[in-house]
Amino acid sequence: MDLSIALLLVQDGITNGAIYALLALALVLVFTVTRVIFVPAGEFVTYGTLTLAALQLNKSPGTVGLLLGLAAVAGAMEIIAAAREQAWHRLPRRLGLYVALPAAIAAVVWAVAPLGIAFPLQIVCTVAIVTALGPLLYRVAYQPLAEASVLVLLIVSVAAHLTMIGMGLWFFGAEGSRTPPFTTVSFRAGDVTLSGQSLLVLLFSVMVIGALWLFFDRTLYGKALRATALNRTGARLVGISPNLAGSLTFILAAMLGAFSGVLIGPITTIYYDSGFLISLKGFVGAIIGGLSSYPLAAAGSLLVGLLESFSSFWASAFKEVIVFTLIIPVLLWRSLTTHHHEEEE
Amino acid sequence: MHSSKALLAAAALLCCASAVADINVGVTLSATGPAASLGIPEKNTIEMLGSPIVGGQKVNFIVLDDKSDTTEAVKNTRKLISEDKVDVIIGSTVTPNSLAMRDVVVEAETPMISMAASALIINPVDPKTRWVFKTPQNDSLMADAVAISMKANGVGKLAFIGFADAYGDSWLTEIKRSAQTAGIKVVAEEKYNRNDPSVTGQVLKLLAAQPDAVLIAGSGTPAATPHKELISRGYKGKIYQTHGVANADFLRVVGADGNGAILPAGPMLVYEQLPDSNPVKKSAAVYVSKYEGKYGPGSRTTFGGHAWDAYLLLERAIPEALKKGQPGTKAFRSALRDALENVKEAAGANGVFNVSAGDHNGFDNRARVLVKIDNGKWVLLK
Repeated sequence: MDLSIALLLVQDGITNGAIYALLALALVLVFTVTRVIFVPAGEFVTYGTLTLAALQLNKSPGTVGLLLGLAAVAGAMEIIAAAREQAWHRLPRRLGLYVALPAAIAAVVWAVAPLGIAFPLQIVCTVAIVTALGPLLYRVAYQPLAEASVLVLLIVSVAAHLTMIGMGLWFFGAEGSRTPPFTTVSFRAGDVTLSGQSLLVLLFSVMVIGALWLFFDRTLYGKALRATALNRTGARLVGISPNLAGSLTFILAAMLGAFSGVLIGPITTIYYDSGFLISLKGFVGAIIGGLSSYPLAAAGSLLVGLLESFSSFWASAFKEVIVFTLIIPVLLWRSLTTHHHEEEE
Repeated sequence: MHSSKALLAAAALLCCASAVADINVGVTLSATGPAASLGIPEKNTIEMLGSPIVGGQKVNFIVLDDKSDTTEAVKNTRKLISEDKVDVIIGSTVTPNSLAMRDVVVEAETPMISMAASALIINPVDPKTRWVFKTPQNDSLMADAVAISMKANGVGKLAFIGFADAYGDSWLTEIKRSAQTAGIKVVAEEKYNRNDPSVTGQVLKLLAAQPDAVLIAGSGTPAATPHKELISRGYKGKIYQTHGVANADFLRVVGADGNGAILPAGPMLVYEQLPDSNPVKKSAAVYVSKYEGKYGPGSRTTFGGHAWDAYLLLERAIPEALKKGQPGTKAFRSALRDALENVKEAAGANGVFNVSAGDHNGFDNRARVLVKIDNGKWVLLK
């Protein structure tokens, strides 16, 4: 192994690590605010890539139908909730958010899909659809159980994950797709070629991480989310709705997933069931950050990416084993160095 | 309550009636899970068949999905045999499932026709495999074709990258044997998983060995990942794929990078380009025109052809077996097994079957052609 190979592996590892980092951020975000282990995070990635690929073929993606279906269910749940609480005055606004808005997005995408719109617009459509799925998923699957234990929420997550994989197979078929690269530019630095695509992925991930930091540090909604993460009851007492916090979190998480999907599409072929492994690696990164620290989670994800890239060079048959074994020393170290708080069930 | 009871009774009657009169074929295939891209065209093919009449008897297909999972395949097989009382089993899509199903069918003395590739499923023919047949070409047949083509192209050093599963392992074993016979050295072996986001590490290692040719043993679109990586790393040598990639989706994903790649495949993939003298041309045309008529032009895959061929073997064997017993009886199943073992010169979608007591596949060299990818099309190599 010489320097040029090592540099190529580093480049590959950082590119993948940046995508794992986005997912790790989504996982940490969702867990801290809602205590949900966000198993379906990977499905948002695959839905992102495959929706974009469907739009490339001028086809209306299956996620449009899913969006409409989820919106209908969420709408019905809102009506039932309003009837039960006799709180009809809240209904129009909620129906607008959960039904009219997703339906409008679905209608627009469905209308423009066969027209062969420009690539940047396709990306906008993709991100809009997949992001809209996030809060609907929260409303339908998690909100009714928001006060349940972490274990119950995890089981719901697994169910949501399996359902979304099945639907992915139904919508997009068993074969994978790739999307065209954003740029074919590459730079030469000595022996090494830096691909523009990798640089874009890295740049974008850094930008998203920066934007998230700004959001949490400088905006009222961001602070509300942080408050909910710290103390749910306290946040509620000062007037922060846990439902709003949950929806907002899922919007962000779904958007992170959609962006990851758009970014990873040109680098590799994505299948309906690719998401799980990708999110699992993001999860390893997030665990390194203790499911609570954003910078540590991002650093952990980069470590996972690098480890994966080098182990695929030295021992390709054992690559996954090496990557997932990483979690054991990390857990050991964490359990030895931190005080353990038993959750009150 | 009353009407539901009546309905139940009617349903039960219907079940019994069909069990007595018809031939029941149990199918377990991998329509979901990792092997879904192979299992779905097989399922489509079975659905296309409907309920055909063979030898004056109606044939019913009972299709179950085993989710590409070995345990599920065994469970399905037991269910088909004990509950549906099937006369023959078709399945499964992948090698590990088919291997595991053998014990069940042998115990129940029910013939089974596998749609998976490995020769291990049927070899050697002994009491354990007496009831087992298979329609896809043995990997060794395909590996020999690849090695011969490599030798003709002056390849001396070969690098291998394949799936880290039964498919990749089987190809590695076979190509090592074929390459040795042809005097080709295997200089690098790498593995990857179908869902890997990147194979850069493996590809760099292959390139470091400076091979004249690279063989990629993967199936469907995942085989495009190392292919595109090799091209983007500036690899100029020959790239060989296996028959696992023979579908339109692979061409779509590999795009222009696929140009010039060579693979062995079942003749149905390019049947239009075969000479008229080839017996497979006509039989493949029957299947492909029927399939593409239902599922759209360009939808053909050789995997669907394996399901069609399984039915073809049954179509030949059932009339013979009916002479010796009634469907649903042990005598019929045993006669069906004997008849399957004696199918001769049956031209199917992927080749010509000459099944014998020593060879439960029955394909010869007519079951393989070499195909080149040229601008998003399969082109027959003469």
